[in-house]
Amino acid sequence: MWQYIVRRICIGVVVLMGVSMIIYGLIRTAPGDYVSTLTSSNPEVTQEMVDRLNELYGLNDSIPEGYAKWAAGVFRGDLGDSFIEQKPVAEVLSSKMWISFWMAFPAYILQILIAIPLGILSATKQYSKIDYAVTTIALMGMSLPSFFFAAILQRIFAQGLGWFPLSGMKTARMDYEGFALMLDMAKHLVLPVMVLTVLGIGGLMRYCRTNMLEVLNEDYIRTARAKGLSESKVVYKHAFRNTLIPIVTILGGMIPGLFSGSMITEGIFGIDGIGNTALTALRGGDIPYIMGSTLFMAALTLVGTLVSDVLYGVVDPRVRLK
Amino acid sequence: MSEAILKVDNLKKYFPIKGGLLQKVVGHVKAVDGISFEVKPGSTFGLVGESGCGKTTVGRTLLRLHENNGGSVIFDNKDIFKLNSKELRNIRPEIQLIFQDPYSSLSPKMPVGEIIGEAVREHKLVPEAELRGYVMQVMRECGLQDHHIDRYPHEFSGGQRQRICIARAIALKPKVVVCDEPVSALDVSIQAQVINLLMDLQKDRNISYVFISHDLSVVEHISDEVGVMYLGNLVEKAPKTEIFKNPMHPYTKALFSAIPTPDPTVKMNRIVLQGDIPSPANPPSGCKFHTRCRECMEVCKTTAPQYKNHGNDHFVACHLYDKK
Repeated sequence: MWQYIVRRICIGVVVLMGVSMIIYGLIRTAPGDYVSTLTSSNPEVTQEMVDRLNELYGLNDSIPEGYAKWAAGVFRGDLGDSFIEQKPVAEVLSSKMWISFWMAFPAYILQILIAIPLGILSATKQYSKIDYAVTTIALMGMSLPSFFFAAILQRIFAQGLGWFPLSGMKTARMDYEGFALMLDMAKHLVLPVMVLTVLGIGGLMRYCRTNMLEVLNEDYIRTARAKGLSESKVVYKHAFRNTLIPIVTILGGMIPGLFSGSMITEGIFGIDGIGNTALTALRGGDIPYIMGSTLFMAALTLVGTLVSDVLYGVVDPRVRLK
Repeated sequence: MSEAILKVDNLKKYFPIKGGLLQKVVGHVKAVDGISFEVKPGSTFGLVGESGCGKTTVGRTLLRLHENNGGSVIFDNKDIFKLNSKELRNIRPEIQLIFQDPYSSLSPKMPVGEIIGEAVREHKLVPEAELRGYVMQVMRECGLQDHHIDRYPHEFSGGQRQRICIARAIALKPKVVVCDEPVSALDVSIQAQVINLLMDLQKDRNISYVFISHDLSVVEHISDEVGVMYLGNLVEKAPKTEIFKNPMHPYTKALFSAIPTPDPTVKMNRIVLQGDIPSPANPPSGCKFHTRCRECMEVCKTTAPQYKNHGNDHFVACHLYDKK
């Protein structure tokens, strides 16, 4: 097992190197670097000053040279300083990732609580009206663009009914503390969490339904019915327990992704998480931050797949160690 | 002769065929089209027929794993199709099923003891404290060992798995066990062991079997009475010795002529049937067998033959014997 994990991590490091090379190459070739966006609107800046700034930010280096410098830093544990925030990238990431997490985590829990029972329901009542209704709604949720759905929610609940704030993390000009602060932040998070939940339910519900259907058609389910077990025992004990393995696997794999933020939703609701910061960084040509955050996201994805692969063995009772 | 424990009367099971854009029912597969037989306590009724003739559907409909489309199944003086779901669940332990495939019919993530004991606990057949001991005792009776109780099904061979399936069924103290081709997925050497196990259990516990198989030698060995099915109908039914000595229906004759003999010097006189089995969705008119029958007459093409007793409890549905 340990050998397997170590091998996967080694492969992961190679993948991350590849990813970072591609990203670095892309950002450097993209038009509009940090220094030109900074200086272009100011007529008093001379070419000399621009050159000095380029030198300062390392933009005069060739692409391989720049990448080598960045990579050398990473191996020393230094992700560099963010151009825009003027702070170490690692520091920015570690503070923003929790903001993203607290937005993604409630959505994750809600998705589980809603999608799995719905999946079971529509699988046990396959081809019934309930099944068609659930799958249609799930499909709608999946295909709804997040910005569109977010805008509708803002129109109805923020502007129309005024129940929730339009955007932001907390009410400006209010110095809440302790519980009041938490309540205020929770209020701000309701709409973004709704968007993430509705968008995510579809996939999870369909995954649950497919797996459940597969198990429900197994011979041993018929055996269980013929044994004279109650239908709920058949569904929950025999069928759902076997469905649980792929579901727990995929859910476990999603956990690292909770820190990676969501660019569009965070952007629309003005939430200062990892995704939104990455968007600003992309616009401004903040190379160290973009590199740091893409590396972080790629690492999270790799950790997620590793977690789900390892979980598969852990959840299956047949390989449980005594 | 004692009263039959299981009486099947004119049982029918049709599966709808859906077609077209709106998935309307455009026809029916008549998988079981009016079948009647009885099983006496402690005896075995063998049901034979070629693939696709509806044997398995009969087995499953007997237990109401499918709803019927007519006819009745009287088990222990109760009509299975008139019970509500709670009553049905209460009699389920008494009428059990052993499936053909011992690989897929065992829940892969449950230890053997739980597979066997679960329904016993559910129906409170033995006190909770004695459950483990009871399961072990049933396992021993079925040729399994005590330490197998905490293993998972994938750790067993095919024959052992079928023993688990049998132990699972037997643990519920059933009166009737429907065996749906219980040995056809096994090696020949293992088949004999499993068949003997089934026969020993029958002797010890006075269980009745409905034994579904396409293997005539096996059926001859285990059955007291044999029914031959063709396209959803019983074409012939008689006590074992009678039917093997004197098969009457042309289909039965053809079927029995295909039984291999272990003596190579005996010249086999095989009757080879022409053509395929017709579609049960669109069965031939008259006698369903007339398209492949060697002795087909004009009347066979238009009129379905009566299913009648021709002496010695020998029932046949064939026009050949109408004149008598």
